[in-house]
Amino acid sequence: MSALEAVDLVRTYRLDGVSVDALRGVTLTVEPGEFAAILGPSGSGKSTLMHLLGCLDRPTSGVLRVGGVEVAGLSDAELAELRNRTIGFVFQSFHLLARTSALENVALPLVYRGVPRAERLARARAALESVGLGHRLDHRPSQMSGGEQQRVAIARALVGEPEVLLADEPTGNLDTRNGSEVMRILTSLNEERGVAVVLVTHEPEIAAHARRQIHVRDGLIEADTRS
Amino acid sequence: MRRREAFLIALEALRVNRMRSGLTMLGVIIGVLSVVILVSVGTGAKDTIEREISGLGSNIILVVAGRLNVAAAPTQGRLTLEDAAYVGRVVGDPSRVTVSLQSGETVRVGQAEQFATVVGTDHNLPNVFDRPLDKGRHLSETDVDTRRRVAILGAEVADRLFGDVDPIGRQVSIAGARFRVVGVYATVGATFGVARDQEVHVPVTTAQRLFGLPRLNGIAVGASGPDEVEPLQRRIVSALEQRHPGEPFSAVTQTQLLGTIGTVIDMLTGVLAAIAGIALLVGGVGVSNIMLVSVRERTREIGLRKALGARQRDVLTQFLIEAVLLTTIGGIIGILLGVGGSLAIGAFTPVPTSITWWSIALAFCVSAAVGVFFGVAPARRAGRLDPVVALRAE
Repeated sequence: MSALEAVDLVRTYRLDGVSVDALRGVTLTVEPGEFAAILGPSGSGKSTLMHLLGCLDRPTSGVLRVGGVEVAGLSDAELAELRNRTIGFVFQSFHLLARTSALENVALPLVYRGVPRAERLARARAALESVGLGHRLDHRPSQMSGGEQQRVAIARALVGEPEVLLADEPTGNLDTRNGSEVMRILTSLNEERGVAVVLVTHEPEIAAHARRQIHVRDGLIEADTRS
Repeated sequence: MRRREAFLIALEALRVNRMRSGLTMLGVIIGVLSVVILVSVGTGAKDTIEREISGLGSNIILVVAGRLNVAAAPTQGRLTLEDAAYVGRVVGDPSRVTVSLQSGETVRVGQAEQFATVVGTDHNLPNVFDRPLDKGRHLSETDVDTRRRVAILGAEVADRLFGDVDPIGRQVSIAGARFRVVGVYATVGATFGVARDQEVHVPVTTAQRLFGLPRLNGIAVGASGPDEVEPLQRRIVSALEQRHPGEPFSAVTQTQLLGTIGTVIDMLTGVLAAIAGIALLVGGVGVSNIMLVSVRERTREIGLRKALGARQRDVLTQFLIEAVLLTTIGGIIGILLGVGGSLAIGAFTPVPTSITWWSIALAFCVSAAVGVFFGVAPARRAGRLDPVVALRAE
């Protein structure tokens, strides 16, 4: 069973009565444990693709299976649960809750899974330790560097033990040193834990960390190469 | 997600935005505070008046000529002493019927003078009204029959004219005529703003001659028990109307007086509470407004929560609880301040207050309901946010 499976995905936005085709028929499969990068210039549809793969959005047409579940038949609440259990997100701008400790930030996905508080915090602590932030548990985002914040976000994506980690420009707001540290963590997570990682980026050197490069242009897959 | 979690998240959000939460609550606090204080002032006024009326005596029926009009001053009606005697026969016990004829006069002792309500009455007054004496005696039947110039002073009149001197046996001048003081009433306070301690009682026959008035203002009857009051009231009115065909008479009982006054005060209290309720409603609009701002401001947070698996319902619950917490915490603070304010008003001003549990319960429930009502729209907006759009928001 594939981790993500998309068949002829189309996503059309209607803005002020004008139709914009963001995706025009994308067929794509991501296997468990894979490390893939989605590359493309801005406006190519790569973000739309990531939102669809992450169940944040629904396709206009086409079939999407996440963890073997056909997304089309799910209610919003079921979609939220699927997202919670199978997908971990890492965003370009970290998206941590301000004025909230690293530990509480990481534990957040488990809140929506109904995990009891003590277990939640224990798992969040373990996740933070695995990204090398065991000493920053009670720090707030504003008290940490950008690199540390992104590592908190990675810990948050991991804490629910998802099948797929979706990273949207994870190094976009970081300097080179912090960027390569984040990429090192993502790579080791992929290798050691077997989490499938899908990386969205416009930087070829970042994409080079992945074993597979998917080039998107004008809402279509232009090239899909494995190294 | 459990309710408890939603509750904690909401509480945390309020704590984090302390300043805004406090200002938002202020509207609700003021609304609830006004409801509690105004209702307690209204209830206090009602209690006081009820106590005053009950303090007159028990089972009293007041008879006047003409149609009764609460707002009008007592008029000098067609009632006469003969009518009073006739009412005595209707009642079956003349000792339970007393009369009243009033006039404002200046009372003098030497250089001291005091304006007083001079009331012509008779020896049956203590059988009908509770009017305890401080010193001396009540009017006697002989005082009335022989038109003696004797007077019983209200406590305040006695105090103003005589100070520490015992007035019994001394002379006072009323409307130029000399009277001998035979008694002093104990302090009783005011009824309907009628300062009864400023009264001077004299025999009704003496008063009629002194004032040149042959009539009475009214007749008061003390019924033997609560059950007798209404039948007796009807009997007296119809007997008087038979005696004077074509002329209307009215009688009012204490209970009816209490009922009428109580209704008026309840209405006033209701109007005041409704105005305070509007303040509470405005507070609710403030909550709604701030919650909408809060939802907009926290769009990214909402998007993130949704991306991490929060359902529409989870987000809605969180924001609704936030709104309800704002108004109920505001409500509790308002109640505490309102109760404190009412106690302070009662203690430091002449305005009587009486805190009622129902106004507190009502204020609390209304503030919680305001939170739900005004919280739903912003909470729904938050719940419905599209995570993709929300995450992109700046």
